[in-house]
Amino acid sequence: MISDLFSATVIIGILASGIRLATPYLYAAIGETFGQRSGVLNLGVDGIMLMGAFSGFYLVFLTGNLWLGLLAAIIVGGLLGLATAFINVTLQADQGISGIGIFLFGLGMSDLLFQKLINNVETVSGFPPVHIPILSDLPVVGEIFFQQNIMVYGAYLMVPIAYFILNKTTLGLKIQAVGENPEAADSLGVSVSAVRYFTVTLGGVLSGVAGASLSIALLNVFQQNLTNGLGFIAVALVYFGGWRPTWVLFGSLLFSLVNALQVWVQVIGIPIPSDIAVMLPYVMTILVLIISAGRVRAPKALTKAYERSG
Amino acid sequence: MRNRLNQILDVILPPLIAITGALLIGAVMLMLLGANPIQGYLALLEGAFGSTNALADTVVKATPLLLVGLGICIAFRANVINIGGEGQMILGALSATALGMALPTAPGWMMIPAALIVGFIAGGVWGGIAGYLKARFNVNEILTTIMMNAIAVQLMNMLLRGPMIDTLQKGAARIPQTPRLPEIFYLPRLAPTRLHLGALIAVILAFLVYFFLWRTTTGYRIRAVGLNTYASRYAGISVEWNIVLALLLSGAFSGLAGAVQVYGVNHFMITDGTAAGFTGSAGFNGIVAALFGQLHPIGTIPASFFFGALLVGANKLQRVTQVPAALLTALNGLVVVFVVSSEIWRRQRARRRAIQQVEVKEASS
Amino acid sequence: MKKMLILNLVLVLSLILTGCAGLGGSKEDGKFRVAVVMPSAVNDLAFSQSMYEALQAIQAEMGEEKFEFVYSDNLFVVDDAASAIRDYASQGYNLVIAHGSQYGGTLEEIAPDFPETSFMWGTAGDTMGLANVFAYEAYSQEGGYVNGVMAAALSQSNVLGVVGPVEVGDAKLYVDGFIAGAKATKPDITVNVNYIGSFSDVALASEAAQTHADAGADVLTGTAQMVVGAIGVAKERGLAWFGTQANQTSLAPDIVVASQVYDWTVLLDEIIPLIKDGTYGGTAYAITLENGGLVIEYNDGYDLPADVKTMAEDTIKGIVDGSITVDVAQ
Repeated sequence: MISDLFSATVIIGILASGIRLATPYLYAAIGETFGQRSGVLNLGVDGIMLMGAFSGFYLVFLTGNLWLGLLAAIIVGGLLGLATAFINVTLQADQGISGIGIFLFGLGMSDLLFQKLINNVETVSGFPPVHIPILSDLPVVGEIFFQQNIMVYGAYLMVPIAYFILNKTTLGLKIQAVGENPEAADSLGVSVSAVRYFTVTLGGVLSGVAGASLSIALLNVFQQNLTNGLGFIAVALVYFGGWRPTWVLFGSLLFSLVNALQVWVQVIGIPIPSDIAVMLPYVMTILVLIISAGRVRAPKALTKAYERSG
Repeated sequence: MRNRLNQILDVILPPLIAITGALLIGAVMLMLLGANPIQGYLALLEGAFGSTNALADTVVKATPLLLVGLGICIAFRANVINIGGEGQMILGALSATALGMALPTAPGWMMIPAALIVGFIAGGVWGGIAGYLKARFNVNEILTTIMMNAIAVQLMNMLLRGPMIDTLQKGAARIPQTPRLPEIFYLPRLAPTRLHLGALIAVILAFLVYFFLWRTTTGYRIRAVGLNTYASRYAGISVEWNIVLALLLSGAFSGLAGAVQVYGVNHFMITDGTAAGFTGSAGFNGIVAALFGQLHPIGTIPASFFFGALLVGANKLQRVTQVPAALLTALNGLVVVFVVSSEIWRRQRARRRAIQQVEVKEASS
Repeated sequence: MKKMLILNLVLVLSLILTGCAGLGGSKEDGKFRVAVVMPSAVNDLAFSQSMYEALQAIQAEMGEEKFEFVYSDNLFVVDDAASAIRDYASQGYNLVIAHGSQYGGTLEEIAPDFPETSFMWGTAGDTMGLANVFAYEAYSQEGGYVNGVMAAALSQSNVLGVVGPVEVGDAKLYVDGFIAGAKATKPDITVNVNYIGSFSDVALASEAAQTHADAGADVLTGTAQMVVGAIGVAKERGLAWFGTQANQTSLAPDIVVASQVYDWTVLLDEIIPLIKDGTYGGTAYAITLENGGLVIEYNDGYDLPADVKTMAEDTIKGIVDGSITVDVAQ
C-alpha cells in the first residue's frame, strides 16, 4: 500500500498540488515578512485576506474583468493594511490584539457583504492556468511546475523580489534597521513611521492578493470564512522562515506538500485515521523547525511600538 | 481622593469612549441593514444585564475569558505570546471529560476537583510543550501554539468520534459527542440560573495569580524575565526555565477554562470540526480581556465581565433585529480595535497626571 | 466627582430602559411563530440552508398572516445557542427548532422549563423522553446509496472519488451509503475516500478533488459546505458530480448528475398541525426517500443514459418498499 505512494502519478500529483496549495500562504507570508522585519506583527492577515477575496470576487462577479477584480483586492487589502499601520504605528496599539480585532472585523465584514450583495454560492471564471511555452511540455517537470495558474507564478515571483528588496536595496536596509533598532535608525534620519507604514500597507496588499488568489484564481468561489484560518498559518510560517523570504518559501512548501501528501495517503487508502493524516502538516512543520532552528533571531523591535522620546 | 477618582477615570474613560465610538459605527451599519440601532442596543443591554438570567449568562460567558486571561497575564508578563488558548482549552476539556467518563460512579465532591485539576494539568502540558520547544530548540512559540491549536482540533475529532463517543446514541448517524456526565459531577449552580461555581473559582484564582506574580519569588522572576532578559540572566535567573513555566501556567489556565466549560456549562463534549465550536473563541477573546485589564489579574475581572456582556448582549441584538450574525463578528472586531487603540490616550492621560503631580509637589515645596 | 455621577446616572438609566425593550412573542392572533437556531450560515448551500428554505416554503404555503419565523445562524457555540433557544422559548414562540446535533444537551435542560413550547431537535433520533421535543434526522445514506448506484454505472474508469469533511455523523452516513450503493452495482469498483478534517476548508477540498481526479476517478461526490471547491475542480476536469443536502446543479450545470435534496417541509407539514392540536413532542422523525423528505433531483441539463436512470428509479423503489436495505457500518 505505502509503496503505491512512490508511483510517478502520485509524486507528480503531490508536487503539483503542493505548489498550488502554497500560493496563498506565500503571498500572505511574504507580505507579513516585510511588516515583521520592520518590527510590526500583524495577526489580522486572515481578515484582510477575506476582504481581499470578497472584493476581488465581487468585482469579477459584477464585471467579468479579472484585472479589475485583482485591483479591487489590492486596493481593499492596501486600505486595510493602511488602517493596520495607523493602529499599530501611530496609535501604538498592542499588536497582538489589534490584529485579532482586524481579523474579526474582516471575517465578519466579508461575510456580511457576501450575504447582502450576493447571498448565493456562485462561481466565476477566474484566472486560468497558463502553460509556459516549451517548458510546460517537459516530461514530469512540465506538469508540476509550468502548467500552473498565473497567480501561482505570481506568488513564487514574490520570493526573489522580496529577497532583492530586503537584502539589496537601501529600502531593505532601512526596513531591517527599523526592525532591529528603531532609535538608531531614527537618529540616522530614517523615518520609522514611514518605513513601517510602507511595510504594513504592503503586507495588506499582499494579503488581499492572497485572498484573491483563492476567490478568483484557484477556487473561483467565495464563501463565509473561505480562508479557514490560512492567514494565521501564514503568520506562523514567517517565524518558521526566520524572517527570510527564501526560508518562508521553504516553510510554505513544506506545509503544503505535506498537506498534499496527506490527501493522497487517504485517497490511496493507506489505513491512517483521517484525523491523524490531517494533523501531519502541522506536526511536520514543528518537527522540521526543531531540527533546523539554529540561531535565528527575531527582529529586536518586533511587536514593540516606537515612540520618539524627548 | 480626587486623585484616586481621576486615576480610575484615566483607566475607564478611554476604553469607554472607544467602545462608544465602535458602537456608533455599528449603529450606522445597523441602519444600513434596515435595523433600528436604538432598539438593537437596548436589546444588547437587556441581553447582557436585563434580568437575573441575562446577568448569569454574562458571567457564564465571562468565566472562560477570565481564566484564559489570567494565563495570558502570566505569559505576557514573561514576554511570551501564547496564542494557543484554543488548543489548550480543548486538551483540558478532553482530559477532564475522559476522567469523568472513566469513573462515572465516583462521588461528586471528589470528581469535580479532580477533573478540574486534570484539565489544569493537561492544558499545562499542552502549553508546556510549546514552552519547552522554545527554551530548548528556539522554536518560536507563536508558531508552535498556532500549529498545536490545529493539532488539538484533530485530536478532539479523533477522540470524540472514536474511543470517547457516546455508544448509546439512538439516531442513525453517529454524532461525535461524549455521553452526558452524571449530574453529581455538575459544578454546583445558583439555581435557577446557569451561574455555576466556576465563576467564583475564577475570581478566587485571579487573586491567587495576583499574589503569585507580585508576592512570590517565582512570580517575580517571571516578571523580571519579561521586563529585561539580559538583566535577569545577569542576576542569575534562568530565562529558559521561566519561559517554559510561563507558557506552562498559561496553558494550564486555559486547560482549566476548558474543563470548567464542560463541568459547569455543557456537561458533555461534542465536536463540529472547529476549535471555536467548543471554545467560543475564548482562547482568543481571553487575550483581549487580559489586555483590556492591563495584564493585571484583578483588572482582568471587570474586563472579562464587560467583554462577556458585549458578547452575550450582541446575540440578543441579533435575535431582536434579525441582522446576520456576521455583523456581530465585525462589531466585535471594531470594539477590540477601538479599545486597543485608545490605549495611547490612556497613557497620555497617565503621563499628564504624573507630570501634574510632580508640578504640584514642586509648587508646594 | 461630577464625571463619576454622570457615569453612574448613565448606567442606572440604561438599566431602567432595558426593562422597556422587548421582543415580539406570542400574541393572540393565531399566528404560528417559529424560531430556528442553526450552527452554520443560512446560505451554506447545505445543512442550514435546507431548513431555512423549508421554513420559507411553509411561509409561502401558509401565508404571512398565519406563519412567521425568525432565525439565528452561525451559532456553533453551544452555550450561545442555549441562550438563544431559551430566549426564543421565553418570548412565546410556538416552535423552537434546534437545528444542530450539538444542541441536544442544551434542549434537555431547557425543554422541561417550557412545557407550552414545542421543540424540534435535529439531526438526532432521540427525543430524550421529553414530551415537548420532536427529534428528526435524515437517512442520508439512502440517497447516498442511490447516488452510488448511478455513479458506479456511469463510471468508465471504475474509480470513484469521495471528498468528505470530518468523519462523523450525517457526512459519514452519506459516504457509507454511497460506497454501499457503488459496490452493490459493481462489486470490484474502487471508491477512494478522503476526509479533509474540516467543514469549511474549500481550498483543501479543491485539492482533494484534484487528487481524486489524478488517481483516476471520473465521478466525484462529497458533502458539507466546503464541497464547492471540489465541484469547481470537477467542472474544470470534466468529471461527473453527485450532490447531497442541496441541489447543486447551479454550481456546475454541465457535470452535476443528480443531488439528494433535503426537504424538511415533509416533517414540518406533519408536526405543525400536531402542535396546533396540542401535541408538543414525543416522536422521532426521519426524512427518507419513502416519505419524500429526501428527494433525488436530477439535473435535466445532464445527459443521463436512460438505463442508468432506470437503475436509479428501481433502487429508489427498492429502498422505499424495503427490498433493498442500506447497510452502513456503525
